[in-house]
Amino acid sequence: MTTISNEKTVTDGTDELQAHPTPGLAVTATVAKPKGRKRRRTTWLPPLVVFLVIVAVWYLISLFVLNPNLRFLLPLPQDIVMKGFIDPLSFNALIVALWQTVIVSMLGLAIAIVIGVVWAIAMSQAKWIERSLFPYAVILQCIPILALVPLIGFWFGYEFQSRVLVCVMIALFPMVNNTLFGLQSVDKGHRELFTLQGASRFTTLSKLSFPAALPAIFAGMRISAGLAVVGAIVGDQFFRRGTPGLGILISNYSSRLQGEQLFATIITAALFGVLVFWLFGLLGRRTVGKWYDFS
Amino acid sequence: MTVTAPAPNAPTRATSDTLLDFANVEMTFPDGTIALQGVDLVVKRGEFVTVVGPSGCGKSTLLRIASGLETASDGTVALGTDRIGYVFQDATLLPWRNVTANVELLAELHGESKKDRAAKAKDAIDLVGLKGFEKHLPKALSGGMKMRASLARSLTLDPELFLFDEPFGALDEITRERLNDELIRLFNAKQFAGLFITHSVSEAVYMSTKVVVMSGRPGKIVETFDVPFPQPRDPEIRFTPEYAALVGEVAHALRKGHGHS
Repeated sequence: MTTISNEKTVTDGTDELQAHPTPGLAVTATVAKPKGRKRRRTTWLPPLVVFLVIVAVWYLISLFVLNPNLRFLLPLPQDIVMKGFIDPLSFNALIVALWQTVIVSMLGLAIAIVIGVVWAIAMSQAKWIERSLFPYAVILQCIPILALVPLIGFWFGYEFQSRVLVCVMIALFPMVNNTLFGLQSVDKGHRELFTLQGASRFTTLSKLSFPAALPAIFAGMRISAGLAVVGAIVGDQFFRRGTPGLGILISNYSSRLQGEQLFATIITAALFGVLVFWLFGLLGRRTVGKWYDFS
Repeated sequence: MTVTAPAPNAPTRATSDTLLDFANVEMTFPDGTIALQGVDLVVKRGEFVTVVGPSGCGKSTLLRIASGLETASDGTVALGTDRIGYVFQDATLLPWRNVTANVELLAELHGESKKDRAAKAKDAIDLVGLKGFEKHLPKALSGGMKMRASLARSLTLDPELFLFDEPFGALDEITRERLNDELIRLFNAKQFAGLFITHSVSEAVYMSTKVVVMSGRPGKIVETFDVPFPQPRDPEIRFTPEYAALVGEVAHALRKGHGHS
């Protein structure tokens, strides 16, 4: 086999090559470092300032605007921490409810991911399947969950599985829609490359369409994960039997006017939602970030 | 040559030395556009045929029919081999695969063993001069290197007929000339027949053994030129009066066919 001159290749486009070790790289790195730190500070500083302003306004309202016997409407932050989080009774209830919400939402999310991906793959196989099935994905998205609550209760009871079902229904559409979009946005040239080699439907799916759709699938997962948390809280409000989740705790505290505990629970739910969103973003970056700019 | 097949326009087998034989090929798209009309074109073993024409003259359609991506609406298309390489306008590398995995792809699609495809990929990568970049992802490569990887991928098929659809059109002049030289070297080393689509007259004359000039709407072959320069090409022929004269003739034919527009 004849080897084509290597000499020319190395000069060809080497300057554009990012991962190529050059002696100058170390210098660039040291110069770049403070720049990076500065940029990091500019990303966390503004939100921190806003946070401090919010807390200040909070104190103002709580201390000077609210009548002391109406203070449960906006309890003092230190009371929320002490009575809502640290108090052993509140803390235990919070942990149990959080764990229940974690299980309900993550199980609902997992089911939504599986159904959503399978559904989208089925639709990507033929235009007629897409035309037959896509309207139902839209309808599912459009039905107010509230309207279905009595029916879900009749069919699946008023505890765990109904809460999971609510999560699935809320989280499903972004999975279906994103996966389908990803599968359909495969580059035409790539498709033809596979066609020319006589690749089967399954091979094309597993080696081309599915990997190409992964960034869209992860984007969908991140949206669905946030929605699944919402679904678990909402499901709690309707299906109240069995171990309480954060949603049940919220409605209990609000009916007992326990403002400190109510705020602690709401903050916990919010933090869990943020954590889930962040985790799935991280998962996406870890999986496809090497070749796709997943932000 | 008359080849009668069940469907008049499905590709059939040509005789041994003829790798591609288009006879009176027509292509009309559903919207009524006539992309090709009465095209006769033969590519034989040892030939490197270049098709030049203005954009939209149907030269890419010609390749798509030859590869089987599209079916001609009339006429006969005969192929002398099933080992056909196809290099697209874009490198079409899968962004999640590194260079080696991309080059291995075609052998993988044909169900070859891991060992076989690794060996083929290694040879092909050496051949196009990408040694040392095996683990790089496409996004870390320059445009020229991406095309080299794409070329290597097709080379793993050990093609007898190589189809090129303006592969270097998006590259800068210097990279393009360098890749032209390497392609000629590969052509001489691997002895495949080439059908190369371009809109650059000088590229066409420099690389090929035969230049076919097309005109647009409907796409027709206007004139065919034999290129007398010996292979492998000496880059210095670009500066000879004979080369300049032939480039002039081809450009003139192209201009005539184009209706001076």
